[in-house]
Amino acid sequence: MKLLTANFITCSVKSCQSVTPALSFRDAELAREEIDFSPLFLRNILPRIDWPLLQRTAKELGFPALPETKPELSPIAEGDEEGVGSEEEQKLLKELHSLLLETSVQSGKLVCANCGHEYPISQGIANFLLPNHLV
Amino acid sequence: MSRPEDILPPNLFYDDISARKYTSSSRILSIQSDMAHRALELLHLDQPSFILDIGCGSGLSGEILTSEGHMWVGMDISESMLAIAVDREVEGDLLYADMGQGVPFRPGSFDAAVSISAIQWLCNAETADVTVDNRLKTFFETLYASLKRGGRAALQFYPKDDKQRDLICKAAIKAGFAAGILEDEPGTKQVKVYLVLEVGGTGGDITQAVKDLEGVEVQDGRSKREKKKGETRREWIGRKKERERRKGKVVKKDSKYTGRKRRIQF
Repeated sequence: MKLLTANFITCSVKSCQSVTPALSFRDAELAREEIDFSPLFLRNILPRIDWPLLQRTAKELGFPALPETKPELSPIAEGDEEGVGSEEEQKLLKELHSLLLETSVQSGKLVCANCGHEYPISQGIANFLLPNHLV
Repeated sequence: MSRPEDILPPNLFYDDISARKYTSSSRILSIQSDMAHRALELLHLDQPSFILDIGCGSGLSGEILTSEGHMWVGMDISESMLAIAVDREVEGDLLYADMGQGVPFRPGSFDAAVSISAIQWLCNAETADVTVDNRLKTFFETLYASLKRGGRAALQFYPKDDKQRDLICKAAIKAGFAAGILEDEPGTKQVKVYLVLEVGGTGGDITQAVKDLEGVEVQDGRSKREKKKGETRREWIGRKKERERRKGKVVKKDSKYTGRKRRIQF
């Protein structure tokens, strides 16, 4: 599971529906795979990312600390169809790309902060099947 | 034609053997890719987007999304299908989950959602403690929440009959979606039904989804309010009686006295 997905996923147990709690990794084993860099996608997704959650996840998995606040990107300049932006922004986007898209958790667990339900991850696939009484 | 839905639950039907068959059949491959392209066309995405693929299987539709520059997350209930997706090294993220238990994402996560030949499985309740209505309701409500405002979903499915098609449409509308059905090659055996949904907020007309596409005719089934002004008393009564009759109620028959005032006779 990529960190991007982990930033959006929530516990689907019935009692957690109203709080939409974040999930945190436990015993995570990381993997890396190369993915094409797409600045436009990152620009699209960045406003929706839960930054405090991403900071926490990065800390849990032992990545260097992220900036305190969510970086603001300047609008794409005219003629810049790829959405690359200035050199500084490009560096930032590349870092985010490698953290969000190229890093994935191969095995471990996702634990709900609210109800404590554990979702096992194996081969990079999280198991979100629930017993019927929890749905 | 036999329907896989009538044979076994999806996690058992798509076992290792049939999952491999499904992914290696060139006929299925070409149909799936056509449908994925069509669904993507219906979504009208103008920038690289974050897409949910419901019932992604071995990632056939996902590969099309990747080739168009989008990032996707797929969910499926068949472990064998997901195993093949892992072997094929798809770029999207995979999730082992049942769509009838809801889409486990926080509100406003996705730009769009696609589903190729999957949501008819929602109409199967495999154990005694779930009902079809509940599965449909949970699925569409959580899907509605997980899409951003103005986000679209293009869901291709194979309805068993018109009743099942209506059941699915109604569940989607009840969850708050603006819904429209698109049929490719209608009336033939190869008919492909797409349920196009839009999360409200833009106030748009759902028929806009097919506005620029060629060879599409819009059949607007939405009821337009009958013009009531200028209607006589008798016509009004006739209309009400007709409606009650359609509901199967016992209604007095029409005669020349219908709607007349009961004046004093002397």
